[in-house]
Amino acid sequence: MILDRLDPTAAEFARATGWELKPEGACRGEVCIPLPKGSQRGDGRVNVASVAGALDMALVASDAHKLWALGPRSGGRALSTAVVPDITLPDRDGNPFRLGSLKGTKVFMCAWASW
Amino acid sequence: MDLPVWQAVRNELRPLGLEIVTVAMDTNVASAHPFIDAAKTTYPQLLDPEHSLGALLGIINVPMGVWIDEEGILVRPAEPAFAPRERGYGDVDLPEGTPQRMKDMLAEAAKLDVDLQATVRMLRDWVRNGKKSQYALTPDEVIKRSAPRPQEVSLAAANFELGQHLHRTGREADARPFFRAAHRLQPENWTYKRQAWSMVDPMQGPSEYYDSDWLSDVRKIGAKNYYAKVEA
Repeated sequence: MILDRLDPTAAEFARATGWELKPEGACRGEVCIPLPKGSQRGDGRVNVASVAGALDMALVASDAHKLWALGPRSGGRALSTAVVPDITLPDRDGNPFRLGSLKGTKVFMCAWASW
Repeated sequence: MDLPVWQAVRNELRPLGLEIVTVAMDTNVASAHPFIDAAKTTYPQLLDPEHSLGALLGIINVPMGVWIDEEGILVRPAEPAFAPRERGYGDVDLPEGTPQRMKDMLAEAAKLDVDLQATVRMLRDWVRNGKKSQYALTPDEVIKRSAPRPQEVSLAAANFELGQHLHRTGREADARPFFRAAHRLQPENWTYKRQAWSMVDPMQGPSEYYDSDWLSDVRKIGAKNYYAKVEA
């Protein structure tokens, strides 16, 4: 997740990382990780440093550009749940396609690249 | 090219309840457009310019795929997944004047230890047998088989994303140290390496900017180890 400030909204945080902030902590699928006090401010914005610490997410800074990047949760496996994340990606014409719209069908999703 | 091959698989298996989705992991989406346009598929073709499938699912090379059941549960984690091409990797009719490096790369690609029919064979079994298929894994097995994620992998992802953002916003020179850091932190992640190398040279050859290149790295690990073995 690219950040130009270290307190994104909870919606921005969830969209980029797949982790939703709930009263019980940061949740993805059926997994919830408790968060330290102050991880979410009164106005709903997320204290990234605090959440990154709790989820073992790497936070890398580019001081020259006043930008940060937040890596995925570490410490376990690539998947902490078998529930597929809520993935929305653009199609050829830039229209968003939600993978969840295929629920009810078996899906084989294959990554490729031109390089 | 794999996209039309997947269309043939889709024609066969869609009536039995399988949808295929392909995702191009190209930072520069325009590079993927000609392939998408030429393939004219009826399945969804998506783009992942952020390489988000790396962080979300553990995709570290292409082609790799995941299986998702009707309830939105992964039944196979990210693993090498091959279109059932008739001709193997490296088996290409080369036009006259093909650069020697390309010939060497194709010769190395021909040594990859892959069964190009395995994925479709497994998919056919899953489509017919559902949860009873020997290839449909339990949620616990899916998690256990997904790649380990030490702190270095998270750091690599953050560095790569920062590099990609800087590249995309016209700061190529500033991007390279972050790409290099991602390569060092997670050397087994070929999408990080191939993407960055190809920004400098379409043949992903040696350059002054990176410490490695495709041919040297594949030779170093051995072509047979380039793709992880897919277990039943």
